[in-house]
Amino acid sequence: MDTTHIADAPPPTPQPSATEQKRAARGATRPGDRIFLGLSRGSGILLLVIMAAIAGFLTYRAALAISKDEGNFLTTFEWNTSATPPVFGIAVLAYGTIVSSIIAMVIAVPIAVSIALFLTHYAPRRLSGPIAYVIDLLAAVPSIVYGLWGALILVPHLNGLNGWLNDYLGWTGIFEWQGGAARSMLTVGILLAIMILPIITNVSREVFRQVPQIHEEAALALGATRWEVIRMAVLPFGRSGVISASMLGLGRALGETMAVATVLSPDFLIHTSLLDPGGGTFAQNIASKFSEATEFGRDALIASGLVLFVITLLVNGAARAIIARRKEYSGANA
Amino acid sequence: MSTAPSLAGKRPSTLRGASLPKWAPWAIGAASIALGFGISTAAGLASDIQWALIAALLYVIGTYVISAWIENRRQAKDRVVTSMVWVAFLLAVVPLASLVWSTVQRGIKVLDGYFLTHSMGVVADSEPGGGIYHAILGTLEQVGLATLIAAPIGVLTAIYLVEYGRGSLARAVTFFVDVMTGIPSIVAGLFILSIMLMFEMEPFGFAGSLALAILMMPVVVRSTEEMLKLVPNELREASLALGVPKWRTIMKVVLPTSLGGIITGIMLSIARIAGETAPVLLLVFGSKFINSNPFDGAQASLPLYIYQQYGSGEAPAYDRAWAASLTLIAFVMILNMVARGIARWKAPKTGR
Repeated sequence: MDTTHIADAPPPTPQPSATEQKRAARGATRPGDRIFLGLSRGSGILLLVIMAAIAGFLTYRAALAISKDEGNFLTTFEWNTSATPPVFGIAVLAYGTIVSSIIAMVIAVPIAVSIALFLTHYAPRRLSGPIAYVIDLLAAVPSIVYGLWGALILVPHLNGLNGWLNDYLGWTGIFEWQGGAARSMLTVGILLAIMILPIITNVSREVFRQVPQIHEEAALALGATRWEVIRMAVLPFGRSGVISASMLGLGRALGETMAVATVLSPDFLIHTSLLDPGGGTFAQNIASKFSEATEFGRDALIASGLVLFVITLLVNGAARAIIARRKEYSGANA
Repeated sequence: MSTAPSLAGKRPSTLRGASLPKWAPWAIGAASIALGFGISTAAGLASDIQWALIAALLYVIGTYVISAWIENRRQAKDRVVTSMVWVAFLLAVVPLASLVWSTVQRGIKVLDGYFLTHSMGVVADSEPGGGIYHAILGTLEQVGLATLIAAPIGVLTAIYLVEYGRGSLARAVTFFVDVMTGIPSIVAGLFILSIMLMFEMEPFGFAGSLALAILMMPVVVRSTEEMLKLVPNELREASLALGVPKWRTIMKVVLPTSLGGIITGIMLSIARIAGETAPVLLLVFGSKFINSNPFDGAQASLPLYIYQQYGSGEAPAYDRAWAASLTLIAFVMILNMVARGIARWKAPKTGR
C-alpha cells in the first residue's frame, strides 16, 4: 500500500513494512499524507493521553482526600466526610462490590455459557439468529431501566425465594432472612447477573464458533453424542475464551452503578447474611452520596472511584490479554 | 436422534441401538407439566413458580430415566444436557420479557403527547402531570455533543490502527482501547468531575457530554476497526497503483466502502451512551426546568430523570419513571434496529 514501493525495487509483499525510513519518505513527498497521518496518529495518542489523565487526575484528587482522612482508608467501616476530622474507609464498599460481583458471576457464567452452547450447537439454525438478537436486546436495555425494574418488580418477587432460602439454608448464616424488602446483596447479584449475561454469552459464542470443525467431526465420527462432543472438543478449546468472557462480565459487574443504587438499601455495615438489606458498592456509594457531598466529600468519593478504576483496569486488562493471545477471536479476520 | 426403527420392532438388526422417537421429549414434557400441575394443586401450593419447578424437575428426571432405559446412559446424559441448555435459554428470556412487559404496561399509562412536550417546571413529585420534554432535550444535546467529539476521534484512531499502525504505539493504543471499553461509566464521570473541581465549575450539560464521549470513543474505535479490516486489500492496491495518495485512497475508497458499517457502529455506541446515568448524575446534576443551553447551568437528562423520579418515592412519580423508561427503551431500540438495518443494507459484499 506504500506508494514509494512503486519507485523502489519491486515490492516483495503487498503489505507495507513501515520502517521509519519509508514513513519519513512518504511524509516528505505528500503533504496531504503527512497531515492525515498526523491527525489519525494524534487521535490515537489522544486516547492514551485521556487514559493517563484519568489516572492522574483521580490520583491527585484522591490524594487530597486521603491525606486528611483520620481513619484508615482501607479498613475503616465508616463514611463520614463531613465530620471534623473526616473519617472514611472503603472496607464495606470493597466487600459489597466483591460479594455482589461473585454472586452475579456464579449465576451468570453457567447460564451464559449454556446459552452460547445453545446458540452454536443446539438451537435450530433458523432460530439461532433471532435468539442472538434477543440476547443483544438484553445488552441494549439501559442500566437505569434495569434498576427501576429491579427495584419495583424484582424486589417484591424475591420474597418467596428469600423465604425458601431462609427455611432450608438459613442455618448456614449466609441465607438468614429477617423479613422485609429484598433490597439485599443477593438481589443485587441476581440483577447484575442478568445485566452481564449478554456480554459473556456473546464472547463465549464467538469462541465456540471458532472450534475447528474437524475436531467436532472427529468426535462425532467416533460415535460421541452431542454432549460428549461439547465436553471433549468444544469446551477444552474454548476454555480460555470463556474465562476472559467471564472477566469482561466481571469488569462490568464491578462498575455497575445505577442498578445497584436503585435496588440496594445501603448502610455501612458488613452483613454476614446475603439476604440482609444493607452494605454498599463503590459505584453505588458514589451515586448515592454525591448530591449531599461537600467538595471534600467529593474528593473522598473520587478516592473510592480510583480504587474501582484500578480494580476494573486490572480485571479488564487481564481479560484482554487472554483474548489477545488468540487473535482469531476478533472476528474481523474471518 | 434420527428416526430410528420404531419401538414396536424390538431389536432391529441395525448397527444403531434403539432410540426414542422424535416426539418423545414433547410427550415427556406434556406429561411432566400435567403431573407437576396435579401435584401442586393436590399439595395446595399457591405459586406458579413452584409447579413450574416441579414440572421441570420431573421432565429432567423422566427424560433421564426413560432414555437410560430404552437407549443408554450416554444418550440419557446427552438428553439431560440438551434440556438444561434449553432451560438456561428460557431463564434468560424470562427477565427480558418481564422487563419489557412491565415497562410497556406501566409506562403507557401516562405516556402521551402532553408528557412528551412538557417539563416538570411547576409540578411537585407527588402530583400527577408534568412531562419529560426538558429531559429529552437534555439527553439529545448531551449525546449529540458527545457524538460530535467521540465519532471523529474514534474513526481517526481506527484509521490509524488499520491503515498506518505498526509498532509499539499502535499496540499500546489497541490495548488501551480495549481496556477503556471496560471503564465504569461512573469513573469517567469522576474524571471530568475532578477537572471541574479544580476549576470550581458548576454542573453543566457539556461536562456530561465529555464523560459520555470518553465512554463512546473506544466503542467507535472497535467497531470502525472491524469494518475497515473488512475492506479488501485489492481495492486499496488498485487505488494506490493508479498513483492516488494514501490519504485520498482512505478518504475516497476505504471509507466509502465501509461507511455503512461505521455508521452502524456509531449508532450502536450512541444507543449505549444514551442510557448512561452515572456520569450525568455527577456532572449535569438534573433540573426540573427546560434548559436548552448545554454550556451553562444544570440540565435534565432522560436516564437521570428516571432515577430522580424513582428516588422521590411517590406513586405518580413512579408512573412518570416508567413512562420515561419506555421512551428511553424505545429510543435505544429504534437506534439499534436502524443501525442493524443499515448494517444489513450496506454490508460490504465481501463481508460474509
